[in-house]
Amino acid sequence: MPFMRQLSSEDIEALAVGAWILGTGGGGSPYHALLNLRRLYADGSRVDMIDIDDLHDDDAVAVVSVMGAPLVILERLVDSRLIARAVSAMEEHLGRKFKAVMAVEIGGGNGMQPLLAAAHLGIPVVDADAMGRAYPEAQMTSFAVGNLSPCPLTSIDPRGNEVVISQSATWKWMERVSRKVCTEFGSIAATCKAPRTGAEVKKWGIPRTTTKAINLGYAVNEANRRHADPIAAILKAESGRRLFTGKVVEVERRTTEGFLRGRTVIEGLGDDRASRIEIDFQNEWVVVWRDGRPMVSTPDLICVLDSESGEAIGTETIRYGQRTTVIALSAAEVFLTPRGLDHVGPRAFGYDLDFNSVFQS
Amino acid sequence: MKRIGIDVGGTNTDAVLLADGKVVEGVKTATTADVTGGIVAAFEALKAVTDFGSGIDALMIGTTHFVNAVVQRRHLTKVAAIRVALPATAALPPFTGWPADLAELANGGVWQIEGGHDYDGRRFMPLEVSTARAIARQIRERGLKYVVVTAMFSPLDASDEEAIAAILREEIPGVSVTCSHLLGGIGLLERENAAILNASLIALAEETIRGFEAAKRKIGLSALLFVTQNDGTVAEASRAAAFPVYSFASGPTNSMRGAAYLSGIEEAIVVDVGGTTADFGHLRQGFPREANAVVHVGGVRTLFRMPDLISIGLGGGSRVDLANTTIGPGSVGYRLKEQALVFGGDTLTMTDIGVAAGLIDIGDRKRVAGLRAGDVDAVLQRAKEMIEENVDRVKADAGDVTLMAVGGGAFLVPESLQGVACVKRVDHGGCANAVGAAIAQVSGEVDQVFQGSTRNEAIAVARKLADGRAIEAGAGPETLIMVEAEDTPIAYLPGNAMRVRVKVVGDIKSKTPAETLSG
Repeated sequence: MPFMRQLSSEDIEALAVGAWILGTGGGGSPYHALLNLRRLYADGSRVDMIDIDDLHDDDAVAVVSVMGAPLVILERLVDSRLIARAVSAMEEHLGRKFKAVMAVEIGGGNGMQPLLAAAHLGIPVVDADAMGRAYPEAQMTSFAVGNLSPCPLTSIDPRGNEVVISQSATWKWMERVSRKVCTEFGSIAATCKAPRTGAEVKKWGIPRTTTKAINLGYAVNEANRRHADPIAAILKAESGRRLFTGKVVEVERRTTEGFLRGRTVIEGLGDDRASRIEIDFQNEWVVVWRDGRPMVSTPDLICVLDSESGEAIGTETIRYGQRTTVIALSAAEVFLTPRGLDHVGPRAFGYDLDFNSVFQS
Repeated sequence: MKRIGIDVGGTNTDAVLLADGKVVEGVKTATTADVTGGIVAAFEALKAVTDFGSGIDALMIGTTHFVNAVVQRRHLTKVAAIRVALPATAALPPFTGWPADLAELANGGVWQIEGGHDYDGRRFMPLEVSTARAIARQIRERGLKYVVVTAMFSPLDASDEEAIAAILREEIPGVSVTCSHLLGGIGLLERENAAILNASLIALAEETIRGFEAAKRKIGLSALLFVTQNDGTVAEASRAAAFPVYSFASGPTNSMRGAAYLSGIEEAIVVDVGGTTADFGHLRQGFPREANAVVHVGGVRTLFRMPDLISIGLGGGSRVDLANTTIGPGSVGYRLKEQALVFGGDTLTMTDIGVAAGLIDIGDRKRVAGLRAGDVDAVLQRAKEMIEENVDRVKADAGDVTLMAVGGGAFLVPESLQGVACVKRVDHGGCANAVGAAIAQVSGEVDQVFQGSTRNEAIAVARKLADGRAIEAGAGPETLIMVEAEDTPIAYLPGNAMRVRVKVVGDIKSKTPAETLSG
């Protein structure tokens, strides 16, 4: 019998805060998922969390996320039963039951989706994900880096439409086809990604990211409660690095190929006075530039935080005048390999740059 | 054209007479518990100092009554909430995320049915008309009179909300229906929350406006009555009674509008320094810039037209701690005249600092003669830094701005500030809020998602819709101008989707000569 940690109400509140920080500017707000979980908990549901090492090699693990436009979520909201249905539909397709469920990305609202499914299905969540943060596309997962199968995939809409993509040529094709289905559904779909075995999760999953998000959330919440510096608490909790403190003086956004791209300029305050940085984004923060030179880039995690509250600031909501502190957190090992960098390094986002982690210097 | 503007604040009720666009006179009176009495008193005080001559065309009243009702959990009515979005959104029904005590007061029942639209205008699910009719009968049987209808993507297509409103009106005599699309943009929960708060306040709003009407009759005015709104415009009394949430933040907005009017400056940062707080806002084309984000009211997340304001604890009554050179956030508030040193009290306030520094001459100057010049300077330096930081915070772009200082505590704003090109002060600045009420115009607004059209095309369509809404609200068509046009690209939607927000304002349509005769 593997060890299970039952997640408390406080854990869930902390997870919402931490997942938003790990969203690195994207991943969608965890707010609706949190409301769902609060309701489920109020009705007596509890979610158990299992460590990645306690999975058996042949356990079947469901990998879930909600895919689509954050704007549509604002109207359709998040429904815990829908994400659970995506998992059940996959079970029906496979003809076998899942032992546990995990997140494709811990960053943002998707970090909480497996908990919603788990609460309905009565199975635990795995303390792991496949990004360690949020990334915009399916081939930017550790499972894609591991060259695991991208299929099958179930995509569910609330009206009763269900699509199974049983086969696709590549991860990129999976992304393209599932994105089309999602658009037809109204630009939002609950998805259960290719099922993984316990062995695959242990080899390619990014371990303990749910715990990491919960710890970050506790650090922020407790610092705020004590009127201490929440950013110092985050850096302490995750051995991150403070990169820059300043004020947003420019934000430029455009949409291309369905992505929200743009750049923001932050002018230094305090120790960084008389200096400025620019941050490029594609849904998430991608590269930070200082004096025209790259200062930090993906896959290092770039987190833009409200200097006072420590709360994460998204690429959709950043605006002039915000006092921000930019920090870096270290990426999962799997993305630091040459193959990993092919998938999520600066070149995967169209930058002719070599990756230099701020944690190596 | 003569107008009277009255601002009913927490401490003072200000009244001004405006004739042909000029402030003739302004007065400050104490706010009373009895709304009608306070307005009558303010009016009488104004009449005592100036001659109104021939008829008054309009009476504009600003009030903080409705937002206080939510914050204090008083005078709220139970509301029936109908959500039209099934099978989506069922997991998060109406009142989700509300503070329990407020939900207890306002929740009269929740019904959810199928219907609504997608972001691209396609129907989400067919509308369940027969179920809607059955729900209407249940609501009637429960004796509920205030109903909210929220349909998925109703800001894009309001037809479902309107269809259900029509059914409710057929089935329930005297029902009051609040449709969510009239109260907010995209964001179903927040729009619904705003609509529910609105519906729960309508009974109070109707009673309050009846009080305003009674006051108007008592002072012998036949002028049209308008109530000021969060965005610096006014609505006819009957419309304001149907949309009380639109009056929530009208106080600071009126101040900003008044400041713009009195100075003739339309692009500036305004700081309104009162007794307890300093409110900073950004004037754009003479109107306060609106917040683009969720606003919490009484613990409820809402999304509707509110000015983007920063409020800090710096005012004439702020307590000063010399040892640490800190100001506020505590304030002596309305007891300034008892507690400040210059008035014989024993609390060091910013007013005392101002008197010691020679910035203002009130009370007994000798009582602050003992303060060390170095200490006084240090406190003023701290106030200067607080003002500089928050001016900077409300700016929309870098570069020096014009800062307008209004309100009773405006003396605390120094002439020279970092990031500020010049500081402007105006005559009647103390009554800027009543002036803002008196000059208010009527607006129309649209917040919608467009696809497959250019930015200019989308804005043109939105403009036309907004014009229609302004005319409906009482604006003269020939006076309409567009004061805001904003487009935001949207991620993960095909067809270069963008969200477009347009606002137009216009003057109140002139009354016919027959109507202006009396008064």
